[in-house]
Amino acid sequence: MDWGALHTILGGVNKHSTSIGKIWLTVLFIFRIMILVVAAERVWGDEQQDFVCNTLQPGCRNVCYDHFFPISHIRLWALQLIFVSTPALLVAMHVAYRRHEKKKQFRKGDQKCEYKDIEEIRKQRFRIEGSLWWTYTSSIFFRLIFEAVFMYAFYFMYDGFRMPRLMKCNAWPCPNTVDCFVSRPTEKTVFTIFMIAVSSICILLNVAELCYLLTKFFLRRSKKAGNSKQQPNHENKEETKQNEMNELISDSCQNTVIGFSS
Amino acid sequence: MNWAGLYTVLSGVNRHSTAIGRIWLSVIFIFRIMVLVVAAESVWGDEKSAFTCNTQQPGCNSVCYDHFFPISHIRLWALQLILVTTPALLVAMHVAYQQHQEKKLLMLTGHADAKHMEEVKKHKMRIAGSLWWTYVCSVVFRLLFEAVFMYIFYMLYPGYQMMRLVKCEAYPCPNTVDCFISRPTEKTIFTVFMLVTSSVCIVLNMAELIYLVVRACARRSQHSSNPSSAKSSFYGHKHSSEYKQNEINQLLTEQDGSLKDMLRRNSGLQEKGDRCSAC
Repeated sequence: MDWGALHTILGGVNKHSTSIGKIWLTVLFIFRIMILVVAAERVWGDEQQDFVCNTLQPGCRNVCYDHFFPISHIRLWALQLIFVSTPALLVAMHVAYRRHEKKKQFRKGDQKCEYKDIEEIRKQRFRIEGSLWWTYTSSIFFRLIFEAVFMYAFYFMYDGFRMPRLMKCNAWPCPNTVDCFVSRPTEKTVFTIFMIAVSSICILLNVAELCYLLTKFFLRRSKKAGNSKQQPNHENKEETKQNEMNELISDSCQNTVIGFSS
Repeated sequence: MNWAGLYTVLSGVNRHSTAIGRIWLSVIFIFRIMVLVVAAESVWGDEKSAFTCNTQQPGCNSVCYDHFFPISHIRLWALQLILVTTPALLVAMHVAYQQHQEKKLLMLTGHADAKHMEEVKKHKMRIAGSLWWTYVCSVVFRLLFEAVFMYIFYMLYPGYQMMRLVKCEAYPCPNTVDCFISRPTEKTIFTVFMLVTSSVCIVLNMAELIYLVVRACARRSQHSSNPSSAKSSFYGHKHSSEYKQNEINQLLTEQDGSLKDMLRRNSGLQEKGDRCSAC
């Protein structure tokens, strides 16, 4: 089970996400997980063996390393990425449950069931409404919480995001205050800032997705409230359908028309 | 998620690229990413452990290494390759959006069977209209990222040549010490190689940009010199609702070639006049 397997699992969830959700997933995989795997892990690879203290006292180096790095950046990021990507599985579970219900209905030979076969049920994309909307919104909310918690944990543990070159340590058994030197501090600072920046972008995307879902919810509600006052008739439906078609066509050929008329 | 995963993601985009775009993608994957993974990473593998300074002072080695190599070449190249390849995803997103619109249109016109849906997924989108703008933006971003990273490289490591010996006097080194870099000549060769391939990619991107612009201008001049179909549809009373409905009906019959073909095959429509200029 590695990052590739996580990619496979979450790729399935992607189908039921909003467009912002799909962008978020792409940013997560390409700018965070991929950077972690191909670059950051190498930078932190020799962090303990190249952590050098100006003393020959056995054990001093180990104790000082442990004092300054209770948990390595790499492991923190790995945990953060796992926690942040797993709320999407709530949505996957809910979708699987709905599919299971529809398959049960289909097998019973229910008249109301509109599917032709089991394959169609498996391939169908569910709209984000009703209880699925609540599950989806909760998953985004959890994502936001995990991101924020890890950002705070990072800041709290490493007091700012800069990696110093030199740290002074006087934990036992070091005989006095010794100088300890961190390996590749500048490169580590660069990557820390990069990962923080991408994490902030992900937080913004999640907030945008949350706002989008809430707006869609309220619009749908007000539309329903408005529609319930009118009497729906056949002509109205046809007009709405034609309007929607016209909009789609004019959207897709909009630039053509502009091109011609200019 | 690693380079192979990135390759899978980007191969999908390849289908909607121009010929130059495909060549560019092959150069990126074979001459840059592959060389990075199979060769360059082993050359730079022992860059820190074999960086030796002429002193016993603890910490002097680390500090001098950090002073001369704030960020390793390998990581810079990895970042450059990731940032340079990702604008192509803008195109992929736009294509996915257009395919979604086509599917919706098929559903509304009652052609929503599995065969047509599959065709929507498989047919190649023409680079025209708003997709042209997205594609051009992605090429411009690629060029920008390549240029920025070349500049950063030059700023951090002026002259591209890796020295054998560097002199360091940062604390805690007691005085100016000699520090020796591992495999300087091999590193110089690979640096020059990556630089040359980066320049080749820049040239390919510029060629693609020029090609797209020239094609768009040629298409426009073709339509302006052949105004007979254009006039009857798009000039005159632009704001009347009849005009608009006629325009839409015409667009529906003259829509993007493949969609038109799909509908034609199904309903036996005859091909009418010129194609939509988006094609």
